[in-house]
Amino acid sequence: MQDLKPLHNAILTGDAKTAKAITEKALADGIEPIILVQDHMMPAMAEVGRRFECNEYFVPELLLAGRAMKGALELIRPRLTASGAKPTARVAVGTVKGDLHDIGKNLVAAMLEGGGYEVIDLGVNVTPEQFVAAVKEKGAQILALSALLTTTMPAMKTTMDALQSAGVRQQVKVLVGGAPITQKYADEIGADGFSESAAGAVSAAKKALG
Amino acid sequence: MSRFTSLAINHPDDLRFGVSPKPLTTRHGLTIGGGMVYPEINFTLPPMFVDENTMPEVRGQYQQIITGAVRRAVELEAPGLVVEFETLPPMTENPAWGIELTRILLDAMEAAHAKHGLKSVLRITPNDTREMDRPPRMRSGRFYEAMLQTFDGCAAAGAELLSIESVGGKEIHDEALMMCDIRSVVFALCILGVRDMRFLWTELNQIARKHGVHCAGDTACGFGNTAMVLAEQKMIPRVFAAVVRAVSAVRTLVGYECGAVGPGKDCGYENPILKAITGFPMAMEGKTAACAHLSPLGNIAAAACDTWSNESVQNIKLLGGMAPTVYVEQLIYDCRLMNLALADGRDAALLYRKWMVNSDAPLDPQAYVLTPESSLAIAQAIVQAPTPLAAGRAAALTAVRLLREAHREGRLKIHPRELPWLDRIQESVESIPTNESDFINEMMGQVDTTKFVVADYQL
Repeated sequence: MQDLKPLHNAILTGDAKTAKAITEKALADGIEPIILVQDHMMPAMAEVGRRFECNEYFVPELLLAGRAMKGALELIRPRLTASGAKPTARVAVGTVKGDLHDIGKNLVAAMLEGGGYEVIDLGVNVTPEQFVAAVKEKGAQILALSALLTTTMPAMKTTMDALQSAGVRQQVKVLVGGAPITQKYADEIGADGFSESAAGAVSAAKKALG
Repeated sequence: MSRFTSLAINHPDDLRFGVSPKPLTTRHGLTIGGGMVYPEINFTLPPMFVDENTMPEVRGQYQQIITGAVRRAVELEAPGLVVEFETLPPMTENPAWGIELTRILLDAMEAAHAKHGLKSVLRITPNDTREMDRPPRMRSGRFYEAMLQTFDGCAAAGAELLSIESVGGKEIHDEALMMCDIRSVVFALCILGVRDMRFLWTELNQIARKHGVHCAGDTACGFGNTAMVLAEQKMIPRVFAAVVRAVSAVRTLVGYECGAVGPGKDCGYENPILKAITGFPMAMEGKTAACAHLSPLGNIAAAACDTWSNESVQNIKLLGGMAPTVYVEQLIYDCRLMNLALADGRDAALLYRKWMVNSDAPLDPQAYVLTPESSLAIAQAIVQAPTPLAAGRAAALTAVRLLREAHREGRLKIHPRELPWLDRIQESVESIPTNESDFINEMMGQVDTTKFVVADYQL
């Protein structure tokens, strides 16, 4: 039986090449995809997240681990879908209308990908209509809205209203974040989740989905 | 365009607040860098949309801001006031709005001058809205055209100092920061960034000449300050952010090569390096910018300032009054102390500067690279280099050397987990080819070229 600890370590150290090679061999050897994800890959990313939260890892280490995870997941995903396993949630991330800041949004996207979510990056200056389209046309089950300016925060409320008017509010969970955003504001506008930092995005997504 | 090949300031003691080799005198007689530090107030709106429907309220907000600011400046007998109007994107996309608001601010400033003799000058900082297109169109398009119209109209209305936080090179730099990839940082700043700066500041210089105003300066805010904020959030090493700061001066310098004369923009924490090279006066912000972002540079940032700023504060009510008015007061008090030290003579000013520097420099590498001695060393490395690429390499290696030496000699604390990064950064910088074409060819094979329009950078 193949020792899969090196897969865990490859993800932990951001070695995408080794992670993919081990995953390929494991799949070829008949190891169940879900075992690879649940017993080895997700625990590795959880450890990455812990090290980041404890300031043992910087963002580059976290992103490299996320890329290693993503590369391995890409090999596994088709097998998971074919076996009828529940697909990972699809998240559309974007910085709201009028706001051009994207580093925070990019970090959230990377965290969510590393956490096993399928991420659609809508970019910056995203209109409410574009967020609605992400739900209707791209099947996003979660929207992650980012704003860095107090003058663009109101666009989050406008987006919530647009989702309501379009009749899709109930089929999507909305997460909000960014420097001026607070839990209080998230509650005021009816968001389903809030994270103070990009690092909390994965647990916010998990909590929102229930 | 004229290159700086030697330093304007050669001794660390000459790099200090309130004094610059080439001071700037404004229409109302403020001599910035001529022996006195002036407060520079910056402000923004509270949470609200800016559109046709809200413009009446927007006008009212700015009226309230400037009235409160000049009143407090008069009450505290400020020797002068620099007002920075940093527009919000809708005001740059709709030049008529930006220009109208500029006039509102200028009218109040003129009234305060006529009634109370308050000398003031307005800095206009339109947004670099070119980045609203993805990939950004840097040399054409509606955003670029509207941005230039805003500059032109605001200068015509009477804004005397032209600034911007330009973003050329940021398409690559953001990712470079997240990956702590110093080679891509150098590519973004010293290849892409300098090209855009040359283009943009040549255009702005024409606008300034047309209206008899001054190109004041640009900043690597979207580069060095983004790095600083990420380091503050423990996302990237502080030593990495410190090296980015040093390299960012190469990009900012191009604005002055193309005719900018200061005061350099407040959020350019690299400004001490630019002051050493150009001799122009510089705006700085530090502890008083905490309303906008936190930093490890709260006191040292004032060490070489000629105007002292607060970055940007929302027009909200605090217990003491409206926030911009509150910040005018804080800035004026800080300037009073600095001006008292200046009036007491060179030794007094140097002693006060020593406290500013020593309160921060031992605690963070980003502060250490901005001490007067470090600034001069980095500045010297930049002016001795034959090309911007060589200057970037030299600035980075100088910063690494300074940090290593200081840590070894016990003059600077560096966290143990950050020390290996000094080796990584040095190795990576040393691997950058000295030939610009070779470096461009290498990097074009490595960076995501869909993120920027190659033709706009003339690569």
